[in-house]
Amino acid sequence: MQFSSFSDFINMGGYGFYVWLSFGAAALLLTLLIISSKTGHQKIIKQIAQRKNREDKLRQAKKIKQQQAAKQNADLKEVTR
Amino acid sequence: MTLNSQNSAIVAKNIDIAIEEKATFSYRHAFMLVLKRDLTIAMRHRDDIINPLLFFVIVITLFPLGIGPEAQTLSRIAPGIIWVAALLATLLSLDRLFKSDHQDGSLEQMLLSPHPIFILVLAKILAHWLITGLPLILIAPLLAVLLHLNEQSYGALMLTLLLGTPVLSLLGAIGVALTVGIKKGGVLLSLLVLPLYIPVLIFATSAIDTAALGLPYSGQLAIIAALFFGSLTLAPFAVGAALKVSTN
Amino acid sequence: MWKWLHPYANPEVTYHFTNKLLPWLVALAAIFLSIGLVWALLFAPADYQQGHSFRIFYIHVPAASLSMGIYFAMAIAAFSSLVWQLKLADASAAALAPVGAVFTAIALITGAAWGKPMWGTWWIWDARLTSELILLFLYLGIIALHSAFEDKNLAGKAAGILTLVGVINIPIIKYSVEWWNTLHQGSTVSKLGKPAMSLEMLWPFLFCFVGFSLLVGVIVSLRFRNEILARNSIRPWVRELVSQHTKA
Repeated sequence: MQFSSFSDFINMGGYGFYVWLSFGAAALLLTLLIISSKTGHQKIIKQIAQRKNREDKLRQAKKIKQQQAAKQNADLKEVTR
Repeated sequence: MTLNSQNSAIVAKNIDIAIEEKATFSYRHAFMLVLKRDLTIAMRHRDDIINPLLFFVIVITLFPLGIGPEAQTLSRIAPGIIWVAALLATLLSLDRLFKSDHQDGSLEQMLLSPHPIFILVLAKILAHWLITGLPLILIAPLLAVLLHLNEQSYGALMLTLLLGTPVLSLLGAIGVALTVGIKKGGVLLSLLVLPLYIPVLIFATSAIDTAALGLPYSGQLAIIAALFFGSLTLAPFAVGAALKVSTN
Repeated sequence: MWKWLHPYANPEVTYHFTNKLLPWLVALAAIFLSIGLVWALLFAPADYQQGHSFRIFYIHVPAASLSMGIYFAMAIAAFSSLVWQLKLADASAAALAPVGAVFTAIALITGAAWGKPMWGTWWIWDARLTSELILLFLYLGIIALHSAFEDKNLAGKAAGILTLVGVINIPIIKYSVEWWNTLHQGSTVSKLGKPAMSLEMLWPFLFCFVGFSLLVGVIVSLRFRNEILARNSIRPWVRELVSQHTKA
């Protein structure tokens, strides 16, 4: 141990402000970077899920429309027999 | 048939409510609406915020590389460098103010609305300052460190930027409004707007230099403040008139 | 000879491989960083000239070396993407850029914080710091260019070209900045030359260096995964993965 007490450790032989500024800034930037990478993951998953839902809904709507059109054709055929 | 008349009665009532709401549509509401819209658009195009800021930083870095790293020389010209770089960065960012609205027609719609144009214009200029001027002010002290600015000048630097950058946005808006309809209006914009910026530049750098000598600089600040209030009250009208000309 | 690499050109295979690799990288990085930082802060001897401020060295030098190393990794990825059309290389280049920028910023900030007690000034325009600042601008330019494109494939190609131009430029920039510096007789001789490192300082430095390199690996792997997902969002395996995630 290069330091005899905790306050010595914080003081860093008079250079405390600069040493802790450096370590603190580095820690802050790296933490922000890691957090941004993780939230990026959530965002991408959400975006893809949303797009998938939308496409599923569109496909459903198309199917229903087709069925309705087919039903209308069948009814028409009935009436004009 | 009664169902139809009931429906039309409800529709008529809704229109009445709508008209009443519109008649009491306040200036503040319209202002906040346009402000929020512009801020949202800017948030979605972060590049518009970051690119002028990066330009500001890089231009300031170029000066020591071109002039030499001598701390004395740099601190002598630091106020001028920072302010000129701020002018150029603001100039670059002005294009965004009306161009995209002009291209998709929403600018004409704004001009046709019943609200007075100066409210909408003021909102747009405020949004522009928040997005361009404010980051500039926040990052300027760091760049002043790079240029070895005299320690006593930092306060003057921040105050002149705080009072001066809104003036840059306001006067710049006049220039953009005049050139928005012109193809390749970019360089023309610089020619129009830079002469208007010269008084701000002169008084701001004078204030910072005076502060470096330890002397009071409130006189110069007062003049910049006068420029600010003058342009705040008069520029929106000029911008409105210019927009009417450009969207003809 | 390289046939064993071929399956990894498939995004799905690489995605799952990265997932498998990640826990190991995290564990190793945690071990090396905690040993290295504790050693550097508590047990490494103080420098006889610079005292305890020398401890900044254990972050500053790894960060500076990594910032250069990451740029070269980006250049290799850009080359692979442009010349050999490896699509995954685009994704890795996009993943590397922000990490490189952050490490360059850390190098600059710790350098300035180290310079203030040593040189008496936060910033000095000496060859190394100036080159590092220009490197930061290169990184930010690449990130800005990448985000300006809607289509990620085009963005990757454009950013790749810029990266390659930059990597050729880096030795030229370093040489010209050193020449500029000797020409202008930098005011103080840099006291931050590489010290003849005693073993007591070498070991914590090595642990920190390896630890930070592994940390870079962790962060780049996280971002690489995100890039793969974003660029392959229409594939069925991605859809499958997403529905598993949202159900969980």
